Amino acid sequence: MEEGKNISQSLQESAAAYSIIHEKFGSAISDFDANETMPFFEVVDTSLWTEIALFMREHPKLQFNYMACLTGVDYPAEEKLGIICNFESLALLNHKLAVKVKCARNGGSIPSVACVWHTANWHEREAYDMFGMLFTGHPELKRILCPDDWEGYPLRKDYKVQDQYHGIKVPY
Amino acid sequence: MSTMLLSQFSIPFLMGNSLNTWSEALAGFYLYGLPLGLVIVAAIPLVFIALYSLTYGVYGERKISAFMQDRLGPMEVGKWGILQTIADILKLLQKEDIVPASADKFLFVVGPGILFVGSFLAFAVLPFSSAFIGANLNVGLFFAIGIVAIEVVGILAAGWGSNNKWSLYGAVRSVAQIVSYEIPAAIALLCGAMMAGTLDMQKITMLQSGTYGFAHFFLFQSPIAWLPFLIYFIASLAEVNRAPFDIPEAESELVAGYFTEYSGMKFAVIFLAEYGSMFMVSAIISIVFLGGWNSPLPNIGSVALNEWTNGPVWGAFWIITKGFFFIFVQMWLRWTLPRLRVDQLMYLCWKVLTPFAFISFVLTAVWEIYRP
Amino acid sequence: MQELDTAGLGSVRVTRQSDTVVILEKDLATEQMVLAMGPQHPSTHGVLKLECLTDGEVITQAEPYLGYLHRCFEKCCENVDYPAVVPYTDRLDYLAGMNSEFSYAITVEKLLDIEIPRRVEFIRVIVAELNRIASHLVAIGTYGIDLGAFTPFLFCFRDREIILGLLEWASGARMLYNYIWVGGLAYDVPTDFLKRVKEFVTYFRPKARELSELLTENEIFVKRTLGIGIMPADVAINYGWSGPMLRGSGVKWDLRRNDPYSIYPELDFKVPVPDGKLSVIGDCLSRHLVRAWEMDESLKIIEQCIDKMPSAEGFNPRSAIPKRIRPKAGEVYGRAENPRGELGFYIESDGKSTKPLRCKARSSCFVNLSAMKDLSKGQLIPDLVAIIGSIDIVLGEVDR
Repeated sequence: MEEGKNISQSLQESAAAYSIIHEKFGSAISDFDANETMPFFEVVDTSLWTEIALFMREHPKLQFNYMACLTGVDYPAEEKLGIICNFESLALLNHKLAVKVKCARNGGSIPSVACVWHTANWHEREAYDMFGMLFTGHPELKRILCPDDWEGYPLRKDYKVQDQYHGIKVPY
Repeated sequence: MSTMLLSQFSIPFLMGNSLNTWSEALAGFYLYGLPLGLVIVAAIPLVFIALYSLTYGVYGERKISAFMQDRLGPMEVGKWGILQTIADILKLLQKEDIVPASADKFLFVVGPGILFVGSFLAFAVLPFSSAFIGANLNVGLFFAIGIVAIEVVGILAAGWGSNNKWSLYGAVRSVAQIVSYEIPAAIALLCGAMMAGTLDMQKITMLQSGTYGFAHFFLFQSPIAWLPFLIYFIASLAEVNRAPFDIPEAESELVAGYFTEYSGMKFAVIFLAEYGSMFMVSAIISIVFLGGWNSPLPNIGSVALNEWTNGPVWGAFWIITKGFFFIFVQMWLRWTLPRLRVDQLMYLCWKVLTPFAFISFVLTAVWEIYRP
Repeated sequence: MQELDTAGLGSVRVTRQSDTVVILEKDLATEQMVLAMGPQHPSTHGVLKLECLTDGEVITQAEPYLGYLHRCFEKCCENVDYPAVVPYTDRLDYLAGMNSEFSYAITVEKLLDIEIPRRVEFIRVIVAELNRIASHLVAIGTYGIDLGAFTPFLFCFRDREIILGLLEWASGARMLYNYIWVGGLAYDVPTDFLKRVKEFVTYFRPKARELSELLTENEIFVKRTLGIGIMPADVAINYGWSGPMLRGSGVKWDLRRNDPYSIYPELDFKVPVPDGKLSVIGDCLSRHLVRAWEMDESLKIIEQCIDKMPSAEGFNPRSAIPKRIRPKAGEVYGRAENPRGELGFYIESDGKSTKPLRCKARSSCFVNLSAMKDLSKGQLIPDLVAIIGSIDIVLGEVDR
């Protein structure tokens, strides 16, 4: 089927991109998860995340200049928080790849890539606002959607709304 | 309007059409020792202005803007919404007069007053017909140009007294604008004064009368007169803060500029002052360049249109019509053009209008000296 | 007396004057003034607060503060079924509801194994493009108002009324449609709908031209937007810009062409990119021009769809929708070309539940607005208004 070939084509490109990163960083990143909908790999050694990010952006065969999205996710079963970043080489090499980075649930932190892609600046602030993981090296890590003095991290699975906010009853 | 209703024949104290006899006679009219005549002299232009500003100015703006924007405008109050402005004024009179707690009370209250005074004081020297002028100064034009400067004080008082950064921005911009644009405006008007040889408004108008109607108007008397006409028109838009020079009131940037904090009657006063100024500059430009109360119709052979349409009451009709026409053009421009930015506005004034005003001044002088 | 330190802006002194009055003093250089634009302001296009530090009329820093319209879209999604998320997506970018629903629908369909009927695809494209035109009309009209031109706004809205009437006829609602469902549509289009749409296209072409003459070719408008807020292409990509913003910076990138979905590969339309003749590439005028030209392209697309549309014989718009939408386990990031840029959805499904495990909306306006702080340095206040207008934000999407 023509569609099947198209999807495989993009999957092949993502796999090729992954292999270049794997060549450089070896065991710091996990194996390639070659699924059709969102091929990704996970960064195992999170302290190297910023370096990997810069490598992905600068390497002539990768050139991931566009960060489409940075999503925060809560993994209650593993007691972890994580981010999922979707990258694309926009108007250059046209391949896509996704990266997952996880950290501990309480007090965990992930290095910030705001210095590599400006998109990450606000997205990381939003992830911090909603989940509570810290981004080390972020220029201005503060809440973005919730008020600055809000308690708790709303998108966590075990989030309970606070009772009062400045004298206003919160639970609906 | 009172001037229109006066017939030429029957009123006892109307003694002929000679210049100012009528208003002088009225000024000398005392009833039981009370200077009733003077009161009427003062009241006529004010009543006229109030009527005009209220009903036709605001209503006209709303209707004209509506028709330009493919909608209807006020339609409910009175037939075609004619009474809309009366309803608005009644509403504004009943509104609570709010003075912000942290505002400078004296300046806040006095600002609109000064603005109003500066706006309407110039009406004293406008000749509404050959038989009526409030104050026949021999430096009438000079007075009219200078009095606009009082508005600046009012605006600054209003903007500063509101204790609101946005108002202050609006007031500061407005002051810069008005003060800068007075220069090309004054020079352009001086071209007209040069062509007349006098600053007396009534004399300027009389010099433009003749049997050929519009051919005697100063606009057509000199090949270069269109330039000061245009310059004064543009500069006058800036003087009254009308678009495209309405930065002080720039709604989208400054909410409402220097009158953000005003509500109720004070707001109505500022509003009326603006419409009053609009008519004033329209009247000035029609007097200096388009013949004032003279009829534009020429005598064509035996059809003596010019004689039929000239007279004390006809004069009032003509100047009002010409004033309305320019007001229409001002409104037309407001609803068509976007707004200029502050620095572009200043650039336009100092680097475009002022040099051209000087050029037209020199050329007009040359024409007047060497005219065949 | 409390002293707080706010990120490099000097310290803030907080003193309580009375029971109800607290005084905040920020240490600033004496010439700088803190000016809060918003959240209620005529030209911030919604509830956005821009805290500007100004030196006279020049802005040294304009920082956006968001969250005034945050309605917890993502949390709501985790508590409702997949089909019930569609009305929520409407309310993200409420001016382009059809496009937002479209993006969500194609994302979820990536995780399902269904085949969408061809007529559904064509109708989806028609309503999406109609909504694109309506959204651009609002963008252009309000941009005119921001710069002081009051009349084009009303002309734009007069034409937009016709589009909203058409969409109401098709879906039942003027603005928040709940029409493009996962796997199909809510209803088929009424009879004569296509005829009316074709009439609208013929009516609107000259109107778009008139709008262009009134606004785009107006000397004052050009002076207010030429060379303002220039964003170079590579910086724009790094900021994550997409849609007309990116095309305004000269990058020929349109998701309908570069990452095609639905039936867009079969349609013939251009991707307008300014070439620097009328405007400086990357400035506000370029972005505005892109939006104006896109309206013409949308008209072309609509005409082609009407011509190629398969008949309605035996057509049921809900035929492909499974009884229970239970996508297979996995994650997907799907996106579509909204009038404001790339609206992407990251959806994670665990394969067992009918509710999404995580549904994140990657909003175009949120990303476009993030460049505001750097784009506004050194601009005048009226230019700030021009820049915000050219970014064309809808706070519903920014805050979700």
